Amino acid sequence: MTARTTPNGAVPAVELRNVYKTFPAGRSESEVAAVNGVNLTLPSGEFFTLLGPSGCGKTTTLRMIAGFETPTAGEIYIQGQEMSRTPPYRRPVNTVFQNYALFPHLTIEKNVAFGLNVKKVSKAEQQRRVEEALALVQLATVGQRKPTQLSGGQQQRVALARALINRPAVLLLDEPLGALDYKLRQAMQLELKALQLEVGITFVYVTHDQEEALTMSDRIAVMNQGQVLQVGTPIEIYERPTTRFVANFIGETNFLDGRVTRVNGSRCVVQVADGLEVSGSNYQPVAVGDTVTVSIRPEKIRIHESRPEPQPNLFEVAVDRVAYIGSDTQLFMTMPYGAKVRAYDQNELSTVDENYFYAAGDQAWISWRPENALVLKD
Amino acid sequence: MQPRRLTSFNFWYFVIFTVALYLPLLLLIIFSFNDAKALVFPLQGFTTRWYGEMLRTTELVGSLWNSVLLGVASSLAATILGTMAAIGVVRYKFPGRGLFVAVAAMPLVIPYVVLAVAMLLLFSQLNIPLSLWTVGLGHVIINIPLVMLIVAARLIGMDKNLEEAAMDLGATYWSTLARVTLPIAFPAMVAAFLVSFTSSFDEFALAFFLIGPDPTLPVYIYSQLRFPSRLPIIVTMASVIMVVSVLMIVFSEYVRRWGNTPAGPRSEGAQ
Repeated sequence: MTARTTPNGAVPAVELRNVYKTFPAGRSESEVAAVNGVNLTLPSGEFFTLLGPSGCGKTTTLRMIAGFETPTAGEIYIQGQEMSRTPPYRRPVNTVFQNYALFPHLTIEKNVAFGLNVKKVSKAEQQRRVEEALALVQLATVGQRKPTQLSGGQQQRVALARALINRPAVLLLDEPLGALDYKLRQAMQLELKALQLEVGITFVYVTHDQEEALTMSDRIAVMNQGQVLQVGTPIEIYERPTTRFVANFIGETNFLDGRVTRVNGSRCVVQVADGLEVSGSNYQPVAVGDTVTVSIRPEKIRIHESRPEPQPNLFEVAVDRVAYIGSDTQLFMTMPYGAKVRAYDQNELSTVDENYFYAAGDQAWISWRPENALVLKD
Repeated sequence: MQPRRLTSFNFWYFVIFTVALYLPLLLLIIFSFNDAKALVFPLQGFTTRWYGEMLRTTELVGSLWNSVLLGVASSLAATILGTMAAIGVVRYKFPGRGLFVAVAAMPLVIPYVVLAVAMLLLFSQLNIPLSLWTVGLGHVIINIPLVMLIVAARLIGMDKNLEEAAMDLGATYWSTLARVTLPIAFPAMVAAFLVSFTSSFDEFALAFFLIGPDPTLPVYIYSQLRFPSRLPIIVTMASVIMVVSVLMIVFSEYVRRWGNTPAGPRSEGAQ
């Protein structure tokens, strides 16, 4: 029962220390490690997202915080209390399930009041708080209906109200927008973020959708194969990925594999082919001879119609294929020595003149600033 | 696939099948209103006196009462035990679960006569006097698997997240059972009770072997077949039971379907 604190003295809402979870794998002797040594500290009031591909352990991590799974090893602190073995009904957390899990035999009002009813809160108080919670999610008029009479988006809001009415310290959301269509999902993203700011509760949000994660989160933990690869703000995760996996999973990027030939502080030169060197930035220390990956986001590559002034990282390329997507044109190009590169040419001019756009077979020049080329050791 | 039209072969097959199945039952009802002691054509005119005599035959009414009591009590017990078994089998993984299901479902495939002889031997070894209680025990055993299968089917269709959601909202295991699991399983439990009652009510083999001094209705009817003069009363009673049984089966099916509305709101789109 030791209370743990962050450096500034506040008790974090959730803290995971060396958490492992293994599941028995069928009839074989081996076990599957779903969560493999996770450490996380979530300050109070944060919108925190666990982001990763399916099977990365994000949902298992969430279920351990909720109390539906017990860690094989490690500790889980909720508001400073060790709770890894506390049953779900004694934790100050509530969950919004992926498929909503509304009780089909109860009305919306009774669904929302469920938590208060279990805790024997007075009827008058229940009534007042149910109205408050339904108003919070803009569903004041549907209290007497059954869950099946509501649309998916409405059921989602009821699930939110049912969880928030208990005033949990932490709200856990397991891909809550996964079943909604695209437009509704976008609207709900903004609403969820606004709601979180309004109630001030710590949200732990699980998703595999990077756009969702970038739009809503204060901080994101990118997970893969049961481990947390990187924790940071959306900007940090996108602009300063520390591993090839994170760079590739969030947004689009180009990878050039090579070997470090020169290092000068946070700048280094990487040989990506015989006689082809690129200069980039190493935000982590690298040494000459290291095998590295250079990651360059397509929107950070400049495209030149004719040979420009000499500058770093200038290469002549052949345009293989173009894809016009409205706001910009995506160019798929081959660099000298065969490396493939993709870049986005923003369509600044409103025209229907085909000559304005690049076409397959064109010759062009590309360049990028060394600070836009991230050298990743992986 | 488009439903195909009935050929004339299909049609006549259906007619003959239906007549063969329901003609005896129809005859039963016709003869219960026939003003004659012998069950032969031609009919002798319409009467309701057999119904009156039936109600005045105290042993008959007594055996009917025995059967109703036995059916209600044994079905209640079977519904409770069978529901518990269903929850255990559907919600928990434990070593020997497959064996447990096989053993619990065994009475479905054991001939009742064999079970009856076995239980008779057991009770006489233990010096337990035969009575309605011993028949009741037999009926509980044969009805547990029926209840278990009907309730388990409902629980399998129920979203497991519902129980987690209840616990997440502060409900303990028992509270979750009372507030979520059992209310959702309730229609299936009612249907299982009715099916179980019907099966107990007309069960003959176990009752015949295990009965004490108070007969159940089927046992009483069988014992009266030796007396031709009693036949019209038996026929009348059989008609009543048949109509009541049909109504009960229809009602239980109605309840079961009412319960089979989705046990959890369906989400839209891909999942």
